[in-house]
Amino acid sequence: AFFWLVSLLLSSLIWFIAVKASDPRDEPLQKGLLIFGVMFSVLLQEAFRFLYYKLLRKAIEGLVALSEDGCSPISIQQMAYVAGVGFGLMSGAFSMINLLADALGPGTVGIHGDSQLYFLTSAFMTMVLIFLHTFWGILFFHGCEHRRWWEITAVVVMHLAVSGSTFCNPLYVGSLVPSYLLMAAAAAWAYLLSGGSAQNLRRFLLCKS
Amino acid sequence: MTELSAHLPQFQHGQLTENFPDNHLSNTNDNSERRRHDNSERRRNDNPESETNGQPQNNIQQVVEQDEEEDEELTLKYGAKHVIMLFVPVTLCMVVVVATIKSVSFYTRKDGQLIYTPFTEETETVGQRALNSILNAAIMISVIIVMTILLVVLYKYRCYKVIHGWLIISSLLLLFFFSFIYLGEVFKTYNVAMDYITVALMIWNFGVVGMICIHWKGPLRLQQAYLIMISALMALVFIKYLPEWTAWLILAVISVYDLVAVLCPKGPLRMLVETAQERNETLFPALIYSSTMVWLVNMAEEDPEAQRKASKNSAYDKQAPASQTQNEDAEADDGGFSQEWQQQRDNRIGPIESTPESRAAVQALPSNSQTSEDPEERGVKLGLGDFIFYSVLVGKASATASGDWNTTLACFVAILIGLCLTLLLLAIFKKALPALPISITFGLVFYFATDNLVQPFMDQLAFHQFYI
Repeated sequence: AFFWLVSLLLSSLIWFIAVKASDPRDEPLQKGLLIFGVMFSVLLQEAFRFLYYKLLRKAIEGLVALSEDGCSPISIQQMAYVAGVGFGLMSGAFSMINLLADALGPGTVGIHGDSQLYFLTSAFMTMVLIFLHTFWGILFFHGCEHRRWWEITAVVVMHLAVSGSTFCNPLYVGSLVPSYLLMAAAAAWAYLLSGGSAQNLRRFLLCKS
Repeated sequence: MTELSAHLPQFQHGQLTENFPDNHLSNTNDNSERRRHDNSERRRNDNPESETNGQPQNNIQQVVEQDEEEDEELTLKYGAKHVIMLFVPVTLCMVVVVATIKSVSFYTRKDGQLIYTPFTEETETVGQRALNSILNAAIMISVIIVMTILLVVLYKYRCYKVIHGWLIISSLLLLFFFSFIYLGEVFKTYNVAMDYITVALMIWNFGVVGMICIHWKGPLRLQQAYLIMISALMALVFIKYLPEWTAWLILAVISVYDLVAVLCPKGPLRMLVETAQERNETLFPALIYSSTMVWLVNMAEEDPEAQRKASKNSAYDKQAPASQTQNEDAEADDGGFSQEWQQQRDNRIGPIESTPESRAAVQALPSNSQTSEDPEERGVKLGLGDFIFYSVLVGKASATASGDWNTTLACFVAILIGLCLTLLLLAIFKKALPALPISITFGLVFYFATDNLVQPFMDQLAFHQFYI
């Protein structure tokens, strides 16, 4: 969570500087700058995820060195999951919390002609992002562990794609649907990487031993 | 373990109270205790070779072989556990403060200033405002320094009665007067009708139970809850009565002061800690938050002073059954000492008992019935002043930030990470450390950065419904 926050900080710093250096009245330029800010932020988030991976790697090595039986009390997969959840929660919290606070107050959604589904779609989008961050965490760390660079690039590309798809908001079908599809794909992939399989799933669902 | 100095005599409605010298000391107490605790872990390496009383033979061998690793591993394990044990109360305190700030408007209304910040911040020019806030901060800090030195002097010259009286008056004021005001304001906010008799009963019960729990004995959870509540109350008072720039400046300066006071050889807090160590005494019971209390009330016959002190502290008598199972006299005594004093006593005594304990915990040797205390139950201590200043930071962030919840959340995460780092450093350095600097620095950086940089960005993103 902290690392995500720092990445957000840096990316907003960049954006802020860009905005201050540009003309505030130029609408398309501002929007363009915002898009640039978003993309940059995505890249920075992934960079910070990588830094976090490095940090956790060092921590695991330390724990292994100190433990009695040579294995660390927490595995890298667990750390990947936790890292993903942390990223997701922070990102979700920052996206949603002001919205929720405003939602408690009086008002009408979309009274000025904007979409009436604003709150709903924000909620769904945030949810899908949180899940995605969790899965990306697992995929990313797995890729780093096994040196599979294509997994890492896949995560980055997916993140960019999801963020990019939000650019067609308020045409929600363009952003929500692809995001959910990507989430399903990422979920399946992460599940397989974590050792699950169709058999496991069937056994679990049918409550077999 | 961690220190914070927060001296803040308050002048409110004509009453002068000093509330914080205690925090200093309790923090120093923490430091000494935590230091001893940590040192005791390290000393375990040395003790088995030197101490032969009370050590079962098999323990000694295993101790010799694996002490170093165990020591560090235990430190890390307990370090992690301690971090969690501290997260919860800090979070609770912050949650209470933020919830109050958001709902009860009394604490965000400007109703004047404390006598300790005489310069107003409503001036015509920015320069004037800056100057005023610097002066305010300077006055406040000098008051704090004077109070700390006064307390150290009182402690050095053994004027315990004065200190105890001071503490009792402060906690009386907090528990009765401030909570009365708080309750009144909460009722006003929610438009709850209430009569004086009920209020009197409630406040009386709350206050008396609080005094008993904090200064004498009581269930651990209740004591922790009371400490959190009074920290929150104090933080709310600060948030209300300190003007903006002054508050930020004071936070910054106080973390610098904390750093200096704890780490410099001539710092008042350090002197306090050392004096307490020399005298093998516990410092003030009322102003340290402790996550566990493992006081043995009836042990340690050899140390009447210890016994007296122990009985004064709130006891959660987990160790009483352990004392009966101890079959060797020497161990029984050691057990008494370590359990009572591991938090406040010498290093040399603690490790004696910590070894069998750690054996029990780490190696699960069934023969170790001498002590049933888990090393995990050696709690961590954090001074209440730390709680108060963390909550002041987060509360101010939620009260006055344009980014509102984003800023609050960012400051919260920053403070917790700072606390983690401080505890990590503590585990590494094993000496008294100030709790404020790292957390407050992170908190301040994140507050200003989030408020000014992230807020416009997130606003724009939310407006267009872009997601990052």
